[in-house]
Amino acid sequence: MTDTKAANDATTNEPGDIVLDVQNLVVEFKSGRQRVQAVSGVSFQVRRGETLGLVGESGCGKSTTGRTLVQVQPATSGSINYLGQDLNGLKGRKLRRIRTKIQMIFQDPISSLNPRRRIKDIVAEPLVIWKRGTKDERAVKVRAMLEAVGIDPDSASDRTPGEFSGGQCQRISIARALMAEPDLLICDEPVSALDVSVQAQILNLLADLKAQFGLTMVFIAHDLAVVKNVSDRVAVMYLGKLVEVAGSDDLYRAAGHPYTEALLASIPEPDPDHKSDHKALTGELPSPLNPPSGCRFRTRCPYAQDRCAEEEPLLRDVAPGHQVACHFPVGPFANSPAV
Amino acid sequence: MPDDRELLDTGASAQLLGDRFPGMAATDEQVVAMQSEKLDSDDILQKRPFGFLFWFALTWIAIVFLAAIFANLLPLQNPNYQNYSALSQGPSSAHLLGTDDLGRDLLARLIFGARVSLIVGFFGVGIGLLVGGTAGLVSGYKGGRLDVALNAGSFIILAFPAIVAVIAIVTFWGQSLLHITIILGIATIPLMFRVIRASSLSFAQRDFVVAAKTMGATDTRIVLREILPNVIPVTVTFSLITVAGIIVIEGTLAFLGLSVNLPTPSWGNLINEGTANNALSTDPYIMLWPAMSMFLLLWSINLIGDRLRQRFDIREGLL
Repeated sequence: MTDTKAANDATTNEPGDIVLDVQNLVVEFKSGRQRVQAVSGVSFQVRRGETLGLVGESGCGKSTTGRTLVQVQPATSGSINYLGQDLNGLKGRKLRRIRTKIQMIFQDPISSLNPRRRIKDIVAEPLVIWKRGTKDERAVKVRAMLEAVGIDPDSASDRTPGEFSGGQCQRISIARALMAEPDLLICDEPVSALDVSVQAQILNLLADLKAQFGLTMVFIAHDLAVVKNVSDRVAVMYLGKLVEVAGSDDLYRAAGHPYTEALLASIPEPDPDHKSDHKALTGELPSPLNPPSGCRFRTRCPYAQDRCAEEEPLLRDVAPGHQVACHFPVGPFANSPAV
Repeated sequence: MPDDRELLDTGASAQLLGDRFPGMAATDEQVVAMQSEKLDSDDILQKRPFGFLFWFALTWIAIVFLAAIFANLLPLQNPNYQNYSALSQGPSSAHLLGTDDLGRDLLARLIFGARVSLIVGFFGVGIGLLVGGTAGLVSGYKGGRLDVALNAGSFIILAFPAIVAVIAIVTFWGQSLLHITIILGIATIPLMFRVIRASSLSFAQRDFVVAAKTMGATDTRIVLREILPNVIPVTVTFSLITVAGIIVIEGTLAFLGLSVNLPTPSWGNLINEGTANNALSTDPYIMLWPAMSMFLLLWSINLIGDRLRQRFDIREGLL
C-alpha cells in the first residue's frame, strides 16, 4: 500500500497525460422561475493514475460536479474532455459507449444496488449490456471480481442486496463498477455512510484496486482526513467555485485560502487540553440563488476587505502546483502579489 | 473514535490505516463469517408461513376460477332452462342450491354468472394495466413534458365521476360483455397510471438507475430490468384490489339493469333478480348464493393482495 502511494506521487510529479480536462463547467437548476447555479465555472484536470480529492461542505456543488462528469446531470455550459473527446452534448450509442469508461461509486451503498436483483446479475450487468463473452465466461469474471473486492462468491452470488451490510454492498458496488473496465472512477462520498472501521476497509480496498486496475480517481468527500489519506491533489470547493487546488501534502501543510484554513482548523482535536487559536467560521453558507458579489466567501471571511466585494478573485498560482482564488491569501502566501 | 489530527500529521496514510485498524488483515474472513450468520436468520424469515386464511382464500378463488372456466364440462343444467315443475325450491339433491321463481337451477346460474364477474374483473384490469401501467412506468422514469401531459390527462379522467360516465356510455353503446369490460377497463387506466407512475418515479432517482446509465444501459433496459421488478409488488397488490372494485361496479351496473342482457346470468344480475318482485321474502336463496360468493371472492382477493404485499415488504424492510 505504501508502494502504491509512492508510485502515485512519482506520476504526479511528472506531467502525466491528462485523462480528464474540465473547463468552465457550469451546472444550473431551475428553481421555480429562478435559476440556481450549483456549479459556476469550475475548471480542473485529472492526470492518469492520480487521485484528485474534491472537498467542500454540503451544498457546495461537489456531488453535482461528480454527477456531471458521468453525464447523469447535463452541464449548462463548459466542457468535459475525456481523452480529447468532449462528453457534453454526446448522445445515443456514442455516449453509452464512452461513458462506461467513467464509473461512479455512490454514497448510499444500499440505494446503489437494485434490491430485486441477485448479486451475480448486478455485477455481470456491464458485460451483459455490451454482450461481452459467453454466459460461462461472464460467470467466471463475476466470481473473480467478487473475490477481488473481498466478497465470497459462493455464498453471495444468489443473494439480493438486502441481505448484506452497507460495507458489503459498497464492495459489490465497486465490483460492478470495475466490471465495466473503467479508466476513471468517480467516488461520491463512498465511505460517508459507513462505520469508521468499515470506512478504513473500503478505503484500503479502493487503494489496492486502483493499483491493480490502473485507475484514475476523483474522490469527492467532506471528511478532510479521508481525503488527505487517499488524494494526491485536493481541490477545495465553496459555493460552486474552486477556491484552492494543491498537492495533498502542500495543502494540509500550508493552506493559502482563508476557507481552506478554516476547514482545516475545524478538524476535531483529540487532545482535551489543546486550545485552538483559530476562530470558528461564523454564519451560514449563502444561498446560491443570490451569491455574494465579488468573492463568494467574503461574507464569512475574517480577512475580507472592500476589494473582495468588488472584484472576483480568480484561481492563480501562488507556488508550483498550488493555486488559490483569493486577493489576500494566508499563511506563507500572504505576501504573494495579487494579480 | 479515530484520531483525525494524527491522521493529518502522518505522511504514509495507507500504512497508518493498517496500524490504526489492526483487525484489517482478517477482513475477508470476517466479512464471510458475518455474511453466513446473517443469511441463516434470513432463511428463517423467508419460511414465515402465509397462514390458514391465505390458503383458504386462495382455494376459494381457485374453485371459482375452475368452475367458471370448465362450466360447460361440468354436469350442470342449462342456466336458462325454465323448469315449471320446480319453481322457487330450496336446496335438494336435484338442485343443489335450489331454483328460482322461473324454475332455473341456481347452481348453474351461479357458476355461469361467475364467468361474467371474473372476465369483467380480470380483463378490465388487464386493459388498465396494459395501457395505464405501461404509460405510468415510462412517464415516471422519463419525466419531463411527457410526464406533465400524461399526468394532466389522468387527472382530467379521474375528475369525472366514473360510475355516471360508465352508465351513460353503456346506455348508448349497448350492454354486451365486451363493451362493459372495455369501458370498465378504460375507467381503471388513470388509477393504474397514477399508482405505477408514483412507484416508477420513486425508483427512477435511485443510485442503481444512475449506475445502470453510466454502464451504458439503454432506457428500455433500465425500465425493464431496474424499474419494473421494483414496481411489480405494488402493481400486483393494487391490481387485485382493483379487480375486486370492478367486480363490485359490474354488480352495481347489473343491479341497475345495465350489465349484460338478461337472461345471461352474472352475479350482479342474480342479486338483482333476487331482490325483484319481493323475492327476498319468498325465495331468499336467489340472492343469498351470489351475494355470499361475491363477498367471499372480494374478501379473498383483498386478503391475498394484502398478504402478498406483506411478503414483498419483508425484503424492503430489511434494507
